[in-house]
Amino acid sequence: MRELFESTIERLLADTVTPELLRHCEAGEWPSTLWTALDESGFALAAAPEDQGGAGASWDDLYVIVRAAGRHSLPVPLPETLLVNALLGRCGIDARNAPLSFAARSDLTRDGDRVSGVMHDVPWGRHAESVVAVSGGAEPQLLLLPRAEARCTQRLNTAGEPRDDLHFDAVEPLARAALPAGLPADVLWWGGALLRCAQTAGSLETVLRLSTQYATERVQFGKPIAAFQAIQHQLAVMAEHTACAAVAAEAAFAESGEAFATWPIAAAKVCTAEAAGVAAGMAHTVHGAIGFTHEHALQLCTRRLWSWRSEFGNQSRWAQRLGRAVCAAGAASLWPAVTAGTHPQLGDMNDMEGMEA
Amino acid sequence: MSIETFRYQRIPSDTEPLRAEVRRFLAEALKDRPALRRADSWMGADPAFSRELGRRGWLGMALPRRYGGSEAGPWARYVVIEELLAAGAPVSAHWIADRQSGPLILRYGTELQRERYLPGICRGELYFCIGMSEPNSGSDLASIRSRAARDGDAWVLNGQKVWTTNAHHSQFMIALVRTGEKTAARHEGMSQFIIDLKAPGVTVRPIRDLAGGEHFNEVYFDNVRLSHDCLIGTEGEGWQQVTAELAFERSGPERFLSSIALLHTLIDGVGRQPDALQAREIGKLTARLVTLRQMSLAVTAELARGGNPAWAASCVKDLGAVFEQDIPEIAQAVLDTPPAVGGGSDHAQVLAALMQMAPSFSLRGGTREILRGIIARGLGLR
Repeated sequence: MRELFESTIERLLADTVTPELLRHCEAGEWPSTLWTALDESGFALAAAPEDQGGAGASWDDLYVIVRAAGRHSLPVPLPETLLVNALLGRCGIDARNAPLSFAARSDLTRDGDRVSGVMHDVPWGRHAESVVAVSGGAEPQLLLLPRAEARCTQRLNTAGEPRDDLHFDAVEPLARAALPAGLPADVLWWGGALLRCAQTAGSLETVLRLSTQYATERVQFGKPIAAFQAIQHQLAVMAEHTACAAVAAEAAFAESGEAFATWPIAAAKVCTAEAAGVAAGMAHTVHGAIGFTHEHALQLCTRRLWSWRSEFGNQSRWAQRLGRAVCAAGAASLWPAVTAGTHPQLGDMNDMEGMEA
Repeated sequence: MSIETFRYQRIPSDTEPLRAEVRRFLAEALKDRPALRRADSWMGADPAFSRELGRRGWLGMALPRRYGGSEAGPWARYVVIEELLAAGAPVSAHWIADRQSGPLILRYGTELQRERYLPGICRGELYFCIGMSEPNSGSDLASIRSRAARDGDAWVLNGQKVWTTNAHHSQFMIALVRTGEKTAARHEGMSQFIIDLKAPGVTVRPIRDLAGGEHFNEVYFDNVRLSHDCLIGTEGEGWQQVTAELAFERSGPERFLSSIALLHTLIDGVGRQPDALQAREIGKLTARLVTLRQMSLAVTAELARGGNPAWAASCVKDLGAVFEQDIPEIAQAVLDTPPAVGGGSDHAQVLAALMQMAPSFSLRGGTREILRGIIARGLGLR
């Protein structure tokens, strides 16, 4: 299924997600034709169970879709929709064939059948048909809320992607369910981080491609700047970090199943965040002034990398989570955790909100 | 090149019993080994330990049974070597023979050469070193001047090698030397020879490293007579043989585990409740360790498929060396313990040892600049 997903989405996005479309979207347009095309190709439901009309795809298969979204700077919440439909399926709630999103950080209270409060930093919140959050308390529930019922405080990330706060006032959820075993209350942090890892890995591939292409075409001092060792070595380091991000992100997806693979996800978020900063900086160095223009395509990637690395927990937060777990269990726990791909202490720390930064 | 080379690869789960067995063995065999000695790992030579590994079938694991190997395949071998390194076992005596010389002899050697050397390598009795660098030929390896001249059906070797790790513990060297005239084609006219280091005319002299240790050597050849069957592989194709060998040298777990002993003492030195800075830095190192291993496994899979991903192996080695060198830097920054020699806590002593060893991590096996040049070539830049 992976190969089919990859070839289909690559073709679709290469044809439709042009720099011009991205500029329109950044100006506030919703690319309805693009969404319809993704929808008709079955991607919105790819993660939903087969008995709900979905493809029942594993995270291993979904990796190539999310990475392609990153490669092409896809300006719609397809990664978010995949995650939400996967979680709805796990909770026995019907999948939805629409743009969906979620909030990892929310402050929602239940009063009988009604929910009030705020969902923070919802990706593409203003364009989502419905949104998911986990309510706090002793028995956390997955809540599916109609976005149209929310008051929206609009914000954008550095790439002009909507990251909105949604305020709900005594709204009746479209659906709700207790989280099944294996899904912790902070599941949306894990899921969100997972998505951004693969998007970052994809975007880094594009940044590397643009940079090597530019370096071989741009002539200074009578030769392509790629002939200079200083440029070659920066591109080599970018390739190292691109490779590092790719394998880390893929591992996080491949090891995730019914439960998210916490250890590889945390490692991938730390390493992809590092790669994003290093590679974006070097790409701009290699491109010179042309890469600093709005017109050049490089910014479509680098401005995303600068936000994605910080979304759903920045590098320090995930690193601290790993570091605390390793220290709590002692040095003897480190190598067995590395080879097993899991750490006994990591799953115990449910609440990222409770940790100081 | 394609980033797709770095596809995530799990170690097959059928190796788990082997891993458990190796861990049990090491827990017992190394129970009295102090932290400072564990920091040596692949610089620590212990022939008795090497022979014990051979007895257990943990050397020459990729070699055919008829030569004493166990044909256990690349994943079983990976499990054994990463467990040895993570535990800080003294693997230096046999390391190069097992990793490089054995596979090279299997691939390019004659039947006679295979039968002569491989069983001893698999028993942990025959040790090899690699003769590449010369006094005026370091990164510019193709400029080597040591020369083997034909004499009837034998050869006479003159010249000098330098920075030869473990020559003083090894019986044999596999050396790259010139056999043809230097021509415009820089990479032609070189061949590889297996040299008996006890042969008349060979002199091995230790070179003390900056901390006073003796790990590497200079090796002189003064009219050393080499019989025709000392040539390994094809005359004139030494450069191609060496290049193929290097992908194996540059992507294994020894390329990111050199400072693991210090990461261990740092974690225990910090204690169960790290402050925010300590937690962040140890967490970042942990994430990098996890990911470097994933990169190394991806390259191992590519090698097992028969590829020669020189640029990908160089990615592992370069990022791995940066990681190994960052560990002493971070350790001294987040835990207020000065490095100590000849006494002090385990952590202080391991810190001192690895801080002083660290500069070599981005020199041995190809300098940082050479590795980045290979990656640049993979990117099509040169």
